[in-house]
Amino acid sequence: MDIQLTDVKKVFNQGRHNEFWAIRGISLRIKANSVTCLKGASGSGKTTLLSMIGCLSRPSSGRIMLGERMLSGLPERFLTDIRRHTFGFIFQRFNLIQGLTVLENVMLPAYPLAPRHTTLRDSANRLLEHFGLGRVKDSPVQWLSGGESQRVAICRALINDPQILLADEPTANLDTGISREFMGLVEDLRQSGKTILITSHDPIVFESSAVQSVVEMSDGHLVKA
Amino acid sequence: MTMLFNPAIMALIMVSIVVSAMLLTAAGFAIQVLLRWDISSGSEGQLVLERRTYLISTLLTWVFASELVSLMLFVYNAESMSGQFVGAMCATGVLNVNAWGWPTLFLKILVFFMGAVWLSINYLDNQGFDYPLIRIKYWILLLITPLVFLEAFVQLQYFLGLNPAVITSCCGALFSTDAEGVAAEISGLPPAAALPLLYGTGLILMLSGAWFLLRRKGSLFFAATGGIVFVAALVGIVSVISLYIYEHPHHHCPFCILKPGHDHAGYALYIPLFIATALAFASGAMGVWREIPSLTDVVEREAPRLAWISMSLFALFFAIATAAVWRSNLIMESVWW
Amino acid sequence: MMTFLRKQGYLLDFTLSSLLRRKGKNLGLLLVYALIVFMLASVMLFTHALRKEAGLVLQGAPEIIVQRMVAGRHAMIPADYLESIGKVRGVSGKRGRLWGYFYDPAVGANYTVMVAPDRELAVNEVVIGRGISRTRGIGIGDYFSLRSDDGKTFVFQVGALLDAESELFNADLVLMSGKAFRKLTGISEGQFTDIVLEVRNPREVGKVAEKLAAKLPDTRPILRDEILRTYDSLFAWRQGIVFVLLAGSLLAFVIFAWDKASGLSAEEKREIGILKAVGWETGDVLRMKFWEGAVISFSAFVIGYVAAYLHVFYSSAVLFEPVLKGWSVLYPQFSLVPFVDGLQLATLFFFTVFPYIVATIIPIWQTSITDPDAVMR
Repeated sequence: MDIQLTDVKKVFNQGRHNEFWAIRGISLRIKANSVTCLKGASGSGKTTLLSMIGCLSRPSSGRIMLGERMLSGLPERFLTDIRRHTFGFIFQRFNLIQGLTVLENVMLPAYPLAPRHTTLRDSANRLLEHFGLGRVKDSPVQWLSGGESQRVAICRALINDPQILLADEPTANLDTGISREFMGLVEDLRQSGKTILITSHDPIVFESSAVQSVVEMSDGHLVKA
Repeated sequence: MTMLFNPAIMALIMVSIVVSAMLLTAAGFAIQVLLRWDISSGSEGQLVLERRTYLISTLLTWVFASELVSLMLFVYNAESMSGQFVGAMCATGVLNVNAWGWPTLFLKILVFFMGAVWLSINYLDNQGFDYPLIRIKYWILLLITPLVFLEAFVQLQYFLGLNPAVITSCCGALFSTDAEGVAAEISGLPPAAALPLLYGTGLILMLSGAWFLLRRKGSLFFAATGGIVFVAALVGIVSVISLYIYEHPHHHCPFCILKPGHDHAGYALYIPLFIATALAFASGAMGVWREIPSLTDVVEREAPRLAWISMSLFALFFAIATAAVWRSNLIMESVWW
Repeated sequence: MMTFLRKQGYLLDFTLSSLLRRKGKNLGLLLVYALIVFMLASVMLFTHALRKEAGLVLQGAPEIIVQRMVAGRHAMIPADYLESIGKVRGVSGKRGRLWGYFYDPAVGANYTVMVAPDRELAVNEVVIGRGISRTRGIGIGDYFSLRSDDGKTFVFQVGALLDAESELFNADLVLMSGKAFRKLTGISEGQFTDIVLEVRNPREVGKVAEKLAAKLPDTRPILRDEILRTYDSLFAWRQGIVFVLLAGSLLAFVIFAWDKASGLSAEEKREIGILKAVGWETGDVLRMKFWEGAVISFSAFVIGYVAAYLHVFYSSAVLFEPVLKGWSVLYPQFSLVPFVDGLQLATLFFFTVFPYIVATIIPIWQTSITDPDAVMR
């Protein structure tokens, strides 16, 4: 499914002295089964845009459509429901819950959906094996290296088998070698049918061959290429 | 005044104060929502309102859960206090001590049923992606609020007026056939009238429920019938069924059946009855909204389910009541039949 | 339905691991919570058991006690009143009682002295309660002396000790023969302290009392039912007073609970943000937080209640002893019969768990609506 944004705007603290327009009217089409990179300096609004596309927040005005379905007018309860089934998130700082094991962290997003425990555990184990983490599945996440944590975050994002993956500055805390590995994984995921949207100002990402289209942002606007 | 130092009474008063405060808070938010709700807006204000709805829902769920428990505690407490009043041998006597006793009980029951209706509408509203029932829901909330306040006030008056020096009359006097008043009228109803009323309305209920399950129409009729059966059941218990449980032709009291001496038969009768009636109301409240597009699926799924559970519980009630009459050592044939 | 249960299971699982991850904070809360439950439950269990005990004992008491009043004060009752009472219908048994109080300056204690109603005692034989036995250090076979008002000393020999099980009521009791009592107190043969009546039919008691009042206008009948009613009120009232006194601690607890629930560490806030970001809805977070409250409440309730139970029934409410003892020199050693009922539990629940829930609803909601956006940055 394609993602279509039409004149999307986002404002914070509207009406007050510190009113700030993070997104000032963006129209964009993200094709299904592609890898897109949102490029821009920090403060350009790419994270805000990403969170709106991923149903983590709502636009102040404008429309966001997922395929035929309009996402922008939905209340939080339903956004969450769509988000669970459609979007997987990989955050800048991995954001794993300290104190839980790798396996528990990966299964966490599925809890509210309450699948059978054995089914869930099997899916989680399969993902971990696929990404070479079978060995550490019962270790607390604090003990993992940067690269391993990144891969755990990917597994977690994939546990509900979402169509679309969103990654916010995924290579910010990784060294060059692991960053390249990451882009390799991105290519694999695209080939398995997923749509991937990455925000980054890291050249390893936006110059990678895995990325099919690069969208540049500045000050809440798209920069016409 | 010293009556107020009874811990159970203090608990009940405290609960009703807290519940009223929670309801007032919820009502305040509800008014804000009613004034400014706009589902299509993405503004921060709207987001805040949406988040508020979670608080209101939570508060109200607790309010109604507390009301239910306080209803049970109230009755239980009246039972256990019967030793402190001259002439009282069960809860009836305690409720008779002043004029506020019975109204408190009725109000609590009313709030319980309204709570069931509100919670079911709330559940429904939350399933619809455009919160279609939000205005109606909060208007109902604003109507319930004064009712709860009234109940708190009446209860307080009742407790303040619990004077141990008053000689109260017990069930024997109130529910006797030669006294005057509603209770006596009900007690005096002969089985030949009460039982057909009870079983007859029960039958209509089952039929209307089946109709609803099959045709998906007529949920309101089902709910209304549920209410009528509830009343008929209470009448039936007072006029006939209690006699068989007590094995005494003149003991009509609806509370003494809660005592351990009668195997707590009262609980076996009242609990299914109350829940069944509440579910019937809930089902009816849901079924009304079938036409709203965002809710159709949910209504189709849930309303019949509630109706089904309600019917099963009503059936349970009838089974237990019939069993009580059947197994009793009291023989009323040729006297009444 | 199954999905609902499974979901609660998952939420509960996360809740438990979350609580264990922050042991320090939660243990503190648990302890305070359990303490509150312990205090209230101890009071309730103790009072309730005493009331039940009193009720049970009174079952064996006579239905009516007739006391003669002179100028509003209790006076001796003439033995020939028994005659006139005998003619009242409904009275199935009647006898005169002799009893009184005795102050023993040697130990500074007050004894209740009574003529044994169902024992035949020799004129110098007494049966004493174990409180007296302990305080004066005397046992069976030892000698026990009492001084009458006209200065004469009477020496008795202890023939038996009263049952340890009924110490609560007779720790300070001295039983003696009628002859000895009259000699000791100087009360003549024609008088009794009061008269007790048995009335078999409970419905008749009121009527009998009425007739007595008419026949013997200088007496007052005390009905057993009145005593039971008064005890009921008294115990309920006393419980209530203690609860009111504990209101201060309850309030402190509520504020503490509110504080704990709203004071989330940065780590906790981050965790909730992460949960929201990976797909937990506000409602799910709310429910999880309520499970936390439920687990803590349940544990505190059980711990506090069991501790109170042990305290009251196995150590005879040792913590209350200083308060109850007061001036009493003859403090009985007693163990109460355990008695628990639903009303008690429900009331306890409303005084402890309910305030906790109410105090934490709004803080829990506040944390649950955390914007997942914050975690993105």
